[in-house]
Amino acid sequence: MRKSILPLAAALAVGASLASAQEEVRVYNWSDYIDEELLSKFEEETGLKLIYDVFDSNEVLETKLLAGGSGYDVVVPSGTFLQRQIQAGAFQKLDYSKLPNAVNLWDVIKERTAQYDPGNEYSINYMWGTTGIGVNVNKVREVLGEDAPIDSLSLIFDPANMEKLASCGVHFLDAPTEMIPAALKYLGEDPDSQDTDVIAKAEPVLSAVRPYVQKFHNSEYINALANGDICVAFGWSGDILQARDRADEAENGVEIAYNAPKEGALMWFDQMAIPVDAPNPDGAHKFLNFIMDAKNMAQATNYVYYANGNLASQEFVLPEILEDPAIYPDEETLKNLYTTTPYPAKVQRFVTRMWTRIKSGT
Amino acid sequence: MNLRRALLIALPYAWLLALFLVPFGIVLKISLSDMALAIPPYVPTLDIAAGWTGLKEFFSQLDFENFVFLTEDDLYWRAYLSSLRIAALSTLITLIVGFPIAYGMSRASDAWRPTLMMLVILPFWTSFLIRVYSWMGILSQQGLLNQFLLWTGLISEPLTILNTNIAVYIGIVYTYLPFMILPIYASLEKLDDSLLEAAEDLGCSRLQAFWLVTVPLARAGVIAGCFLVFIPAIGEFVIPSVLGGSRTLMIGKVLWEEFFSNRDWPVASAVAVVLLLILVVPIILFQRNEQRQREQEQ
Repeated sequence: MRKSILPLAAALAVGASLASAQEEVRVYNWSDYIDEELLSKFEEETGLKLIYDVFDSNEVLETKLLAGGSGYDVVVPSGTFLQRQIQAGAFQKLDYSKLPNAVNLWDVIKERTAQYDPGNEYSINYMWGTTGIGVNVNKVREVLGEDAPIDSLSLIFDPANMEKLASCGVHFLDAPTEMIPAALKYLGEDPDSQDTDVIAKAEPVLSAVRPYVQKFHNSEYINALANGDICVAFGWSGDILQARDRADEAENGVEIAYNAPKEGALMWFDQMAIPVDAPNPDGAHKFLNFIMDAKNMAQATNYVYYANGNLASQEFVLPEILEDPAIYPDEETLKNLYTTTPYPAKVQRFVTRMWTRIKSGT
Repeated sequence: MNLRRALLIALPYAWLLALFLVPFGIVLKISLSDMALAIPPYVPTLDIAAGWTGLKEFFSQLDFENFVFLTEDDLYWRAYLSSLRIAALSTLITLIVGFPIAYGMSRASDAWRPTLMMLVILPFWTSFLIRVYSWMGILSQQGLLNQFLLWTGLISEPLTILNTNIAVYIGIVYTYLPFMILPIYASLEKLDDSLLEAAEDLGCSRLQAFWLVTVPLARAGVIAGCFLVFIPAIGEFVIPSVLGGSRTLMIGKVLWEEFFSNRDWPVASAVAVVLLLILVVPIILFQRNEQRQREQEQ
């Protein structure tokens, strides 16, 4: 066995033979988003060498894709970003004849993702979830009392609550496409509005609570919540549930809970797609097919606590996950979920500028 | 022999051309383009196959719209000013901390100097990113610093340092300290002791001798050190994004947002071009001034 210097992420692929002539598949996925055992299993089954890198924001991925020559064979953008990237010509159509496991996909989710990718021609669903509120239950009750509104957007958008919560630490996502729709929902406006006059209404809401936000970040809150460094995070469902799991494992007395806001929660879909200039599209299809295997997909869900778009996998998903309405929402909650569509360039600039103004106070 | 000399001179110029001017030209070109939803995300792109008409077409599509845009929004000027302030203050603190260390090193015995030198260089053996990350562990609410201070009883509530500008200053000073120490040390090491003895023989106190002899002779090192700290600190992105909070406004972060959140490469490039002008113009003026002074002295 030959040794070579590999990037950290690839080093996870233990047990693989590292001969340099071996065919490679390069996957670019979100951080903390897969059971790493699956990576070595893929290598064993296919004999391909898997290089697995991670990112933590759609913006980073999009910039790499639009620069061209990203070198990745499989990438995982969220629905709204995927839609725009398809328009930019960033992906190649999937060859479903190479994806026999696609029969496992779940119609309900396919219908929803077709909104971003008509006919699901370019992508398959990996995971989906909601954006909501993670709390350190004991600390929040200590600060706000027993009846703290931990399932309501008023917890994070009412300055009176936030002023008190600031003492134990609050993180928001650094993603205007998540935070602004939530603020609009709190106001009772259309969260998917593309009208700058409506979007502007979110600014005073967010600016009013900004002084009490310790940090805007897309992944640090997992550890910060689990360690008890912060008591509230507005973030992605599975990430907060991972924090809950880590706190349980550490037995540090931190109890984390996730709630999709009762006013309505953003539902998002992370889609696996193949860049138009992928060096190994054939290997990419093999990876997609491997992921769509019912058992493999279930293993990923059991590890990351996100719902997936794979109906056949539900047989193997842990009952505690399948029955958790925070992960697989029931009919009632499902009605309360909303989706968004990408902003046009002019509106995007307005949104980013507003976001910078909100974050920096200028 | 002339050919050899020309070649020798050509080498650094070729280096500058390939690694500075050409990339700058590309950035400048993008800053004059318009954003588009495509790969790459701007138009026009140069189509060499179209020949002369293609070239003419290409140039006719470039304009200064993005630079005008920068003047219309105060965000950019505030970010530039805030970066200048953070970089200037960090440079000053680094100088105040670094000078005594360099001085101490240059006064140490010959046996100790290599060890001290090693200690200054040692942090470079660990990745810069890991060193900045480890400051998160030191400065956080439950971090080492707070635990220590709580233990000593100096404070009763943990201090909030992480995610503030103070953490940014700590990060920059820590990271760039060796770049200040090394040039100052290099200039102090060459200092001839007999000059100090002469000054004292002529009636200077030790302090006076330090101010009148050591400091002026270290000037070149101090200036070099300040440039080495100040210039990268202005455009610093990693330290403010890892250690800074939501209120830390620096041009590096603004640049990142333009590039990643807005996908607006043309405006991002315009921000970078202006940043370069802000940095390069004062440096050129300063060097001219220095050169003139030197000529006058001669």
